Amino acid sequence: MIRLSHIQKHFGQVHVLKDVGVDVPEGSVTALIGPSGSGKSTLLRCVNLLEVPESGELELGDARIVFQPGARTAFDAIQSVRRQTGMVFQNFQLFPHRTVLENVMEGLVTVQRWPRERAAGRARELLAKVGMLEKADAWPATLSGGQQQRVAIARALAPSPRVLLCDEPTSALDPGLAKEVVDVLRQLAAEGMTMLMATHDLRLAASIAQQVVFLENGTVVEAGSAEALFTRPTDPRTRQFVATLTEGLPQAWTVPVRP
Amino acid sequence: MPAWLHLMADSFWPLLKAGLEFTVPLTLISFTAGLLLAFAVALIRLFGPAPAVAVVRFYVWLIRGTPLLVQLFVIFYGLPSVGIVLDPLPAALIGFTLNVGAYNSEVIRGAIESISKGQWEAAYSLSMTRWQAIRRTILPQAARVSVPPLSNSFIALVKDTSLAAVLTVPEIFQAAQRIAAVTYEPLILYTEAALIYLVFSSVLSSAQVRLEKRFGKHAAFAGRTQ
Repeated sequence: MIRLSHIQKHFGQVHVLKDVGVDVPEGSVTALIGPSGSGKSTLLRCVNLLEVPESGELELGDARIVFQPGARTAFDAIQSVRRQTGMVFQNFQLFPHRTVLENVMEGLVTVQRWPRERAAGRARELLAKVGMLEKADAWPATLSGGQQQRVAIARALAPSPRVLLCDEPTSALDPGLAKEVVDVLRQLAAEGMTMLMATHDLRLAASIAQQVVFLENGTVVEAGSAEALFTRPTDPRTRQFVATLTEGLPQAWTVPVRP
Repeated sequence: MPAWLHLMADSFWPLLKAGLEFTVPLTLISFTAGLLLAFAVALIRLFGPAPAVAVVRFYVWLIRGTPLLVQLFVIFYGLPSVGIVLDPLPAALIGFTLNVGAYNSEVIRGAIESISKGQWEAAYSLSMTRWQAIRRTILPQAARVSVPPLSNSFIALVKDTSLAAVLTVPEIFQAAQRIAAVTYEPLILYTEAALIYLVFSSVLSSAQVRLEKRFGKHAAFAGRTQ
């Protein structure tokens, strides 16, 4: 349902994505893993076009965009994709001048033109879902990182996106706070939310994702089911990378040892 | 009552009246119009097409690089030579508005640029258009950052309106000059004029405190907690 194919992207002289293709099946969680600078975040940001690829193709639900070098992507096309996605950022990026409730209402009120009371009702439901209802009237600056990220998840879900994009959702959090966020993401996954996440938190990837894509230097090294990739990686680079994950896997899995 | 106090009491009302009738409207109108101009110029600087950017850069360069007094003279005494004759008050309003616009366009541009890229991306990720992102996300935060420098500019304008005296606008300073000319008491009259400016700018700065509270209610000043 999300298909990126032959994606090319440069930042200046740096070739960040080299003919990358990824398929994200509906109702499941796909993790993009890889070292810093591998292009996983850029690839994720190509899905809601915070980065516009130079060439390649993006299919998302009923939207299909072909990118061509030198051609500007129409804003209508960008919006047709963004309306189907929600995004969670590494540094939360809540709107500091709005309360928790107003943050979650923002997309509904400003973009979808919902009446305020109706938007507030949906925002409260979502805050209850992420366990943040009692903080509805608080300012974001008064919350812990884990609490802010849970509010950010509620904000991203408010316009009912087809897919939730998570860019390093736990990387700014200590393990205890990260767990609050992982628990919420796991619950969403169990409810069948389609998610695509870029993360170097292998535990997060292993515990939530069904599919994993390992990127290095702007290319897909290996892609497959989470279990296969973590237990039976075929490429030596993948093996070396996942070997850094020594605990937190389901017990039935055998952790590969560096060759 | 000593004579100097008597003179001050007698001239107080004419000076205050000049302030209320000319200084205050001159300040408020040219600041409001100037801010709208500054906002438009800042948006063009940040997002406009290249030719428009060149035009507004030229405008800011020209106004910031020349003395306000000279600009007022060009507008009021110079322009009639090319057939543009303005009354003193409109000429002063135009001069002050152009000044407020040029200086504060840079304040507003800086404030907008100080808001992190992540806030734009958060707005865009909710499918906001650029204008929605500016209006709902960027400006409310930029407004808070710009209150202190804009207040500076506002208070400077209150005092700069005294330059309108040279265009024969009967504001506070002009009124003081007239009374001083017939009473031969320049020290008393100009001191009194200075005091009235002080009162006006103090009242207006108290508005800054209220504005800062209003825009900053979500944030604590971290430096003070230590």
